[in-house]
Amino acid sequence: MDRPLIEISHLSKSYRRGDQVIPVLSDITFDIAAGEFLALIGPSGSGKSTLLNCIAGIDSLDAGSITVAGTDIATLSESELAVWRSRHVGFIFQFYNLIPVLTALENVELPLLLTSLSAAARRDHALAALAAVGLSDRTDHKPNQLSGGQQQRVAIARAIVTDPDIIVADEPTGDLDRVSAADVMALLRRLNADLGKTIVMVTHDHKAAEAAHLVRELDKGELRVAP
Amino acid sequence: MLLLRLILLNAFRHRLRAVLTIVGVAVALTAFGLLRTVLDAWHAGVEASSANRLVTRNAVSLTQPLPFAYKGRIRQVTGVDIVAAGGWFGGIYLDEKNFFPNFVVEADDFFKLYPELIVSSEEQKAFLSDRKAAIIGRKLAERFHWRIGDTVTLRGTIYPGQWPMTIRAIYKGARPDTDETVLYFHYGYLDETMKKRAPTRAGQAGFFMIGIRDATRAAEISKDIDALFRNSQAETLTETERAFQLGFVAMSEAILLAITAVSYVVIAIILAVAANTMAMSARERLGEFAVLKTLGFGAPALAGMLLAESLLLALAGTALAMAVLPPLAKGFAVGLAQYFPIFFVSPTTIMLQAAFGLAVGVLAAAVPAWRVSAVRIADAFRRIG
Ligand SMILES: Nc1ncnc2c1ncn2[C@@H]1O[C@H](COP(=O)(O)OP(=O)(O)OP(=O)(O)O)[C@@H](O)[C@H]1O
Ligand SMILES: [Mg+2]
Repeated sequence: MDRPLIEISHLSKSYRRGDQVIPVLSDITFDIAAGEFLALIGPSGSGKSTLLNCIAGIDSLDAGSITVAGTDIATLSESELAVWRSRHVGFIFQFYNLIPVLTALENVELPLLLTSLSAAARRDHALAALAAVGLSDRTDHKPNQLSGGQQQRVAIARAIVTDPDIIVADEPTGDLDRVSAADVMALLRRLNADLGKTIVMVTHDHKAAEAAHLVRELDKGELRVAP
Repeated sequence: MLLLRLILLNAFRHRLRAVLTIVGVAVALTAFGLLRTVLDAWHAGVEASSANRLVTRNAVSLTQPLPFAYKGRIRQVTGVDIVAAGGWFGGIYLDEKNFFPNFVVEADDFFKLYPELIVSSEEQKAFLSDRKAAIIGRKLAERFHWRIGDTVTLRGTIYPGQWPMTIRAIYKGARPDTDETVLYFHYGYLDETMKKRAPTRAGQAGFFMIGIRDATRAAEISKDIDALFRNSQAETLTETERAFQLGFVAMSEAILLAITAVSYVVIAIILAVAANTMAMSARERLGEFAVLKTLGFGAPALAGMLLAESLLLALAGTALAMAVLPPLAKGFAVGLAQYFPIFFVSPTTIMLQAAFGLAVGVLAAAVPAWRVSAVRIADAFRRIG
């Protein structure tokens, strides 16, 4: 249990545009302890989303390793990564990314299709997750019948329904008004405090960053602990 | 089941587009089925012909007669069982537009040669014992509401004059492809009348229908018959009934080829339409596919979902086409009875409809499914912001 949940070592990544190489992350090394609530900040284009995507297993690295609970995810194949993500990572996006034709309950149930749970158990889990984000009365609403804040709470329910170790959030309040943003941050803090979820969040919002235990700043491909 | 619901909802997300695609597939497959049925109708005469029957006609052309006296000599060829003289009469009932085929036959032998014409024995007897009698097919009787005992007068085109005759029998076809629109009457009636009206044209036959015992000897027997009349006034050409019918069909080979080509072009067009629908649908939802992929759905699952959507639309259209074609063909059968006496949808056509519907569903999804399963999550999110 002493070992950190996530160990990032000598991570480098660059993008190629034609014959031009754009370095984004260079030789980044840091750990994230289990139960941490980390905020990543930094100017636009500094590589925050790229780093988050690497940690979450939806983007590849050029060099280095990312070890999560003992597994070096950089060595996994694409299909192994898909299985790994479905078991260990919950995703929250800036634009919620709910499936518009499905109800709130069905959106939350979706990740459970990849488990061996029965239909009844899936429904129970999804209802419990919606209750946890305070949306028990909106189960049959379609995304376009919900406010932005409510949609993001449905997305959070979808992220926690599989009981993942890590929750990654890329600008979760970026599209919300102040009140909804505060609600969402309070919810994330509760997930961290009460359920012990490790959270890695990218944000521009200093208010949001204040909710985190630790703030790291990315600048010009390098990472430092923010003051 | 959530996954099925998702597939169904996605397939009909753009309701108008989905419905138009289904209707498009249905229309295309119905058109394909109709065209094929037309081709089948064209070939029906060939299909219905027996390998045990030969036809001897004038070698110069179908319109030239042969001396009736040939009959006796043909009968003496080894392997020949029955010979019946016959001819195209070409009579008109009241008006040209009432066209139906009508022949003269030597009725006794004709019935032995054509067991697929089913007549009750009383009617057959009544027909045989009346010199001015006619026997007609069931569909022809329906068309003009003719009943046993009615008198019908044909106006001769090849044989001038009015030709009254009494309907004494109505036959049914033993098989679905037996032509039930024909009128037959006695060769004797024609010949005796011609003896009085135009003696030079008596004693002639349009062709001889020949029954042989062993179908495998057809080529040999044909050759023997034609050898009898080589270097005579009227040389003969003997071929199997099938080849005789094919001779008619072959004349329109180019038209048949064109119809066949069009029937496949229709399928190709609808494939392009369906593929476009699926490509648009996949492109619009690329972000959603990236989300599903992020959640852990693998490439095969995403490709499978898209394939299922495509199949849903294509097979809905196919089912519609399969339901619509038979009644539609029935309608056509009534309207086109004079051109296509045999017009029905064959099981092969229905199977081809199903097969092409399935193929359209699978092929339309192929490229989008590949694109969706190859999408890189990080890139997709960057594109949708
Ligand atoms: N697929 C790509 N091809 C080329 N360059 C890319 C690609 N993806 C990202 N980049 C570049 O990498 C850099 C980092 O991008 P990233 O999205 O991680 O920044 P960010 O810190 O999240 O910015 P923002 O705060 O605006 O979201 C940017 O300069 C971007 O242009
Ligand atoms: Mg970003």
